[in-house]
Amino acid sequence: MISVRDIQEQTIADLFEQYPFLQGFFEEQTLEVNGQINEKLDDFLNFLEDEEEQENRAMAKDQVLESMSEYITQMLEFLGEDKDDGVRSITLLPGTNKSGEAEQFGELKISKSEIVCIVGPTGSGKSRLLADIEWVAHKDTPTSRTILVNDEKGDKKWRMTSGNKLVAQLSQNMNFVMDLSVYEFLELHAQSRLVEDVESVIDKIIKQANNLAGEKFDLNTPITSLSGGQSRALMIADTAILSKSPIILIDEIENAGIDRKKALELLVGEEKIVLMATHDPILALMGDKRIVIKNGGIHKVIETSEEERNLLVDLERMDAVVQNMRTRLRQGEIIQKEDIGF
Amino acid sequence: MNLVTVSGPPSSGKTAVILKTIDSFQKRGLEVGVVKFDCLYTDDDILYKKAGVKVKKGLSGSLCPDHYFVSNIEEVVQWGIKEDLDLLITESAGLCNRCSPYVKNVTAVCVIDNLSGINTPKKIGPMLKSADIVIITKGDIVSQAEREVFASRVNTVNPGASIMNVNGLTGQGAYELSTLLYDEKANVKTLVGEKLRFSMPSALCSYCLGETRIGESFQMGNVRKINMEDKKNQ
Ligand SMILES: Nc1nc2c(ncn2[C@@H]2O[C@H](COP(=O)(O)OP(=O)(O)OP(=O)(O)O)[C@@H](O)[C@H]2O)c(=O)[nH]1
Ligand SMILES: Nc1ncnc2c1ncn2[C@@H]1O[C@H](COP(=O)(O)OP(=O)(O)O)[C@@H](O)[C@H]1O
Ligand SMILES: [Mg+2]
Ligand SMILES: [Mg+2]
Ligand SMILES: [Zn+2]
Ligand SMILES: [Zn+2]
Repeated sequence: MISVRDIQEQTIADLFEQYPFLQGFFEEQTLEVNGQINEKLDDFLNFLEDEEEQENRAMAKDQVLESMSEYITQMLEFLGEDKDDGVRSITLLPGTNKSGEAEQFGELKISKSEIVCIVGPTGSGKSRLLADIEWVAHKDTPTSRTILVNDEKGDKKWRMTSGNKLVAQLSQNMNFVMDLSVYEFLELHAQSRLVEDVESVIDKIIKQANNLAGEKFDLNTPITSLSGGQSRALMIADTAILSKSPIILIDEIENAGIDRKKALELLVGEEKIVLMATHDPILALMGDKRIVIKNGGIHKVIETSEEERNLLVDLERMDAVVQNMRTRLRQGEIIQKEDIGF
Repeated sequence: MNLVTVSGPPSSGKTAVILKTIDSFQKRGLEVGVVKFDCLYTDDDILYKKAGVKVKKGLSGSLCPDHYFVSNIEEVVQWGIKEDLDLLITESAGLCNRCSPYVKNVTAVCVIDNLSGINTPKKIGPMLKSADIVIITKGDIVSQAEREVFASRVNTVNPGASIMNVNGLTGQGAYELSTLLYDEKANVKTLVGEKLRFSMPSALCSYCLGETRIGESFQMGNVRKINMEDKKNQ
């Protein structure tokens, strides 16, 4: 905990040295230091005591001091969080389905590097389950489920912090809206995560993204001109490597144009817990387990069997045939029975 | 009665988020009412009525909507009490980045969207900086990275706030938000004697009073001039 008193009497130069991230705070708060870097913070902020200045800038000195100490406290906590004392597992405890009947699954523990799929008809409650996890439910959601983190009642701090959220989401709509090159985009994200070695992280992400994408792209490409597959590849690689969140929720992600198996391997390789709501049989069978949702409740938990895993190989072959047809039709070719190959 | 003030830039998703949140309150059997403040025009009252919510609207016309808000909030509160509401929500279009309708001791929510650009948090004044809860919408149309960058910018500007992502279309996050907005023990009876979180600027130049002619000789009162000189060795 850093209090106002801890920072008030220090010079801005000293503060910047101890807390390099504080420069971002000054910038976002539109506080210009210019030649006053060696002044005490308290003296520097005195210009806000002037009533006219306070009115013009809509900032008050004590409010800025308080925000600043709160910000430093949060950032130190964010930086101090180690992978080791992070999330190793989450556990779902039963609640009720839409009819208010108790769920029958006992409890379900999901550990680091596991992939769990969520299947069930539209409207059955797949997204609700993902939302329960994101909120670290304490019987305070419509399902009355409880989510444990590392076998303990999850801390409510996960709910609101902007830096250290429990989950990152790969959503259905995968567009970029910022007007930046791939490099600038990754740099911006890395800076917001307070990454030290930005260059090597960017390097790692672009390599992995190209590994997932069908068509290659480089760091100078504007992100808004990436193809659907390239965007998804970049987002997955970026989330796997730069997001600090230990859990990745994937809600019915479109997956054309990327290597799905490699994408999941990448996420799991970064020690994430992956939960994926899907209607796609190939993705559903790539999971270690799948949760079947019916009428808002967890109806069954099924381990992917050896036989299903073997079937996956056939499914992928069928999928490859369909993909190949799509490409050829697009190019104006005529398709024949032999092309199907089985 | 509970009271919540919601504010945020135009079209940021305030109504969408409020409607989804009201859904959860109605399921719990709570009576919710909304008063919408805007400047020239709003259709929001129709949307609220459709959702079965008691609603009033106020158009500020020639005034800054936030000034208009403070001048009317007490009447609005009394209306809510008369209607026997459990929760009264005010929605204000944050048209003036300098002002904000937040009152001390009244839960203040700012709604801002992911599409507004990463430099927006820095441009918004007390409306964002002094909110208790900041709701970020339209996360469904941007990437995880953009959501993270945007949320971190918001956090830098207002580290004390609870920051949540809510989807105004699907309602994802709205149930969770509803748990933060209603407190059984809270009971607002009047706002008389309460104070604004931040003073509103005193705008009193000749144009405030209806002047339309341009030129120095028509400018009176609180006039400020833009600095057009080139900065030297800055
Ligand atoms: N994709 C997407 N669209 C949203 C979301 N939230 C709101 N919208 C859309 O954004 C538009 C504006 O939303 P409103 O709720 O009317 O915004 P508002 O802030 O109340 O607008 P004013 O009251 O006019 O200032 C509508 O078309 C909404 O459907 C969201 O989370 N995702
Ligand atoms: N156990 C439950 N109890 C009450 N409501 C539920 C439950 N599970 C889901 N719901 C509600 O049902 C609706 C549909 O669920 P959703 O998760 O969006 O379905 P899906 O993602 O499978 O299409 C949502 O409004 C959700 O809040
Ligand atoms: Mg869904
Ligand atoms: Mg509205
Ligand atoms: Zn104003
Ligand atoms: Zn004026």
